[in-house]
Amino acid sequence: MSSGGSSWVKKVIPYILLAPTAVYMAVFVGYPLVEAVVLAFQDPDTGAFSLANFERLAADFHFWDALRFTFMLAVIIIPLQVLLALTVTLLLGTRFKGSDLVLYIFVIPLTISDVAAGLIWYNILTESGYLNRLLVNAGLLSKPIHFFGYAYRNMEVLAIIITEVWRATAIVFVILFAGFQMIGQDYIEAADVFGASSIQKLRYIILPLLKPSLQTALIIRTLFALQVFGVVWILAGRDIPVLAGEAYYWQVEIKNPNIAAAYALLIAASSIFVGWLYVKLLKPEYLEERR
Amino acid sequence: MVGVRLVNLTKKFGKVVAVDRINLEIRDGEFIVLLGPSGCGKTTTLRCIAGLEIPDEGRVYFGDEDVTFLPPKDRNVSMVFQSYAVWPHMSVFDNIAFPLKIKNYPESQIKERVRWAAELLKIEELLDRYPHQLSGGQRQRVAVARAIVVEPRVLLMDEPLSNLDALLRVMMRSELKKLQRRIKVTTIYVTHDQVEAMTMADRVAVMNAGRIMQVGTSEEIYNKPANLFVAGFIGSPRMNFFDATVTEKDGKLFLDAGDFELAVTKGQATLLKDYEGKTVNVGIRPEHMYVKERAVPPDVVVGGPLGGVIDFIEALGSDTILHVNTGSKLLLVKIPGSYKAKIGDKLEIVLDLRQLHVFDKSSEKALF
Amino acid sequence: MALTPEQKMALRKLLIYAAAAIVSTWVLAPIVLITISAFALPEDYYNLGKIIPTRFTVENVTDLLFVLKGWISTLNSVLVALITIAVSFALGLPAGYAIARYVFPGRDTIKLLIIALRMFPVMAMAIPLAVLYIELGLSDTLFGVALAHTSMALPFVVLITSSIFVSVPVEYEEAGMVFGLSRSEVFFRITLPLALPGLAAAAIFTFVMSWNEVFIASVLTLVNRTLPADILVSAMAAPDPYKFAGGFIMVLPAMSFVFIARRYLVTMWGITLR
Repeated sequence: MSSGGSSWVKKVIPYILLAPTAVYMAVFVGYPLVEAVVLAFQDPDTGAFSLANFERLAADFHFWDALRFTFMLAVIIIPLQVLLALTVTLLLGTRFKGSDLVLYIFVIPLTISDVAAGLIWYNILTESGYLNRLLVNAGLLSKPIHFFGYAYRNMEVLAIIITEVWRATAIVFVILFAGFQMIGQDYIEAADVFGASSIQKLRYIILPLLKPSLQTALIIRTLFALQVFGVVWILAGRDIPVLAGEAYYWQVEIKNPNIAAAYALLIAASSIFVGWLYVKLLKPEYLEERR
Repeated sequence: MVGVRLVNLTKKFGKVVAVDRINLEIRDGEFIVLLGPSGCGKTTTLRCIAGLEIPDEGRVYFGDEDVTFLPPKDRNVSMVFQSYAVWPHMSVFDNIAFPLKIKNYPESQIKERVRWAAELLKIEELLDRYPHQLSGGQRQRVAVARAIVVEPRVLLMDEPLSNLDALLRVMMRSELKKLQRRIKVTTIYVTHDQVEAMTMADRVAVMNAGRIMQVGTSEEIYNKPANLFVAGFIGSPRMNFFDATVTEKDGKLFLDAGDFELAVTKGQATLLKDYEGKTVNVGIRPEHMYVKERAVPPDVVVGGPLGGVIDFIEALGSDTILHVNTGSKLLLVKIPGSYKAKIGDKLEIVLDLRQLHVFDKSSEKALF
Repeated sequence: MALTPEQKMALRKLLIYAAAAIVSTWVLAPIVLITISAFALPEDYYNLGKIIPTRFTVENVTDLLFVLKGWISTLNSVLVALITIAVSFALGLPAGYAIARYVFPGRDTIKLLIIALRMFPVMAMAIPLAVLYIELGLSDTLFGVALAHTSMALPFVVLITSSIFVSVPVEYEEAGMVFGLSRSEVFFRITLPLALPGLAAAAIFTFVMSWNEVFIASVLTLVNRTLPADILVSAMAAPDPYKFAGGFIMVLPAMSFVFIARRYLVTMWGITLR
């Protein structure tokens, strides 16, 4: 490509174009990260280095609950989402008439915030919500099902699971579906011609070729799951503690930025850990050079 | 191994009729080629035979069995795809073995048959490799090996050679044909390349716009084209076409083309009887036209001469193609060897009346 | 009962359409239901004998917006989103162009870094950021929230604009330069117009991302709240019809915008729509 100016300028141009972004990210992510470390390891009264904040966390049962619930929700929700996303991917893969429309519809929840999703399912599941109205009026129930309130914590977890599956499956789906489309139509037709049943096709052709997308989807979804907040806060408040929820609580309601920073660090650390774990165990193929 | 019968096969995509009431009988063990320009429906027809498309009307029979709605996996066909469709995540061995594995053949038999197929295609040393380590030609052989490893009832090939370079293509043509003769499987081959069709086929079905224009051996299609399309599609360079009026003079029939006049044989005159006074389409292949002063083969029934001026010369080495302007028409003349002449030179051309073709202007059917 | 192949095919088709209908209903019904609740006459809504309210009013929404001053937080959300788009594009677009068009040492590392950044929990950084903002005077300001949203959106914007520019054939730019345009003239007069539809779609998605974001907005603001932050803090105390009116207001613009930009699902997520 020809252009005027010295070649020295040309070499430097990409770096000049990238510099503002790099600086911005360093300032708005790097700097706060450092500050988070400082705050978390700082004694709130003396300002000296101390582990007092973490000691306090370890003594707080909400902390252990938050840890437990955050991971428990992830472990339950993510497989459900992967299964559902895979099913819909295969369904749309048959390219039936109108599959484009169903694709748009299935992707709609991506545009819906977690707060709105929480309200949407609160609307359905609450005592005077549509589920109960339907079941009670149809005579199938004598009393409404309670999904919310501290006494019904197990149901709150169920409500969160339903809402998250409804809201965030599309994130997994979008990655799987793009990966599915990259599998040439020919590969699948060849399997058809050479005798493979639907299950054999899935097992020998589709799933192996979908592996990179599955890995990507799993990583991204797990990392988001560690940050779960809006849905839980709207549906259960602090009944179901989660890491991000506790961070919010300590920062905004208790106004203790040190503890809040400790939680923030934990979220960051566990994200990095999960990312490292995935790369180690699954060796995502997209990182390798392929033909 | 069975014969295949297509009865009134029709397939539409939206408003487009890709396959329009096709009727075709393919004999057991035959190598038939579906030949035509892109968009003529040949690939769609093949896919209906494979089961990858379900026709809107009509039926597909394998022998006596109606397979029209049978899913591909139950039809016992094999297919070589244009893109080869060799699975990238499986070794060459596993690719070839796949049809056998799916049908639950015992391990020992699988090994045996894969080796047999690999030997036939000369890829025995590649069995442990992966597709991304192979060249295009090698991958193509893997695709063919996979297609023959389980003895299919019908072997389908969708332009398998079109992605190969010219030299490989020529070599694979004869290899595929020899292979087919050896394993004697009914083979349906789709291509837009007439040389492939003519050299490989037992019979050729020429298709256009969803219809079969003519079915016959290469010889029949070349020498006795049934209509204008087949006459113009087969043969390179293309057959010369011009309009002429059938006129009568002294009890004899002539074809008056304006720039020149052609006397016809008695047999041809009989066929032209009803067209006296009417305009017809006349065709003559460049290789059946001769420069008058050059030696003309003795058995030629000479028609013409036509006078013209050389408009352009294509010197190919083995042959020469002269573009001759007769006044209102530009005719191509193909003569062997080289020919010393310049653009603007005048010359006289004669043609072989036995190879003259006349077509009805409206129906485009050949009279002879 | 053995089925003919024709019947099996018909059955399979039926099952596929049934599954498609179930999936579509599963997604759409909850949205329809909250719309109904948002516009239901409160008397009808509280009448538990009725399964679906049949009398409707716009008062829930208008009350929320004007009586309860919901229009302020809505407007705040719009402002924050617009500023986010402006800043993230001002920074990210050149970066995306650099990655798309230039080959330079460190390019692959940078690409990997950006992907890694996308996966980092940037929202968690809002906590220390809140403390830093106090010193910077950005505490409880819309601009502060927008800057934080930008850090969330930047990696995404860089990657997307990069793929958009890649899709504009280099030959067009080269033709421009052959015919006498300078590099920057080529960018503004050839590349940018061609990239505009994709960039517009990317802007829409950035808008939606900022509009929906709740954690950062809630942590960084007290009085000048965006809509999601406002709902988070006050919604659960409000009567049900107002909760749902708020939910509806949150959902409507996002859904509409993405409907408008749906063709660009290709660039966004690599999904090809036929």
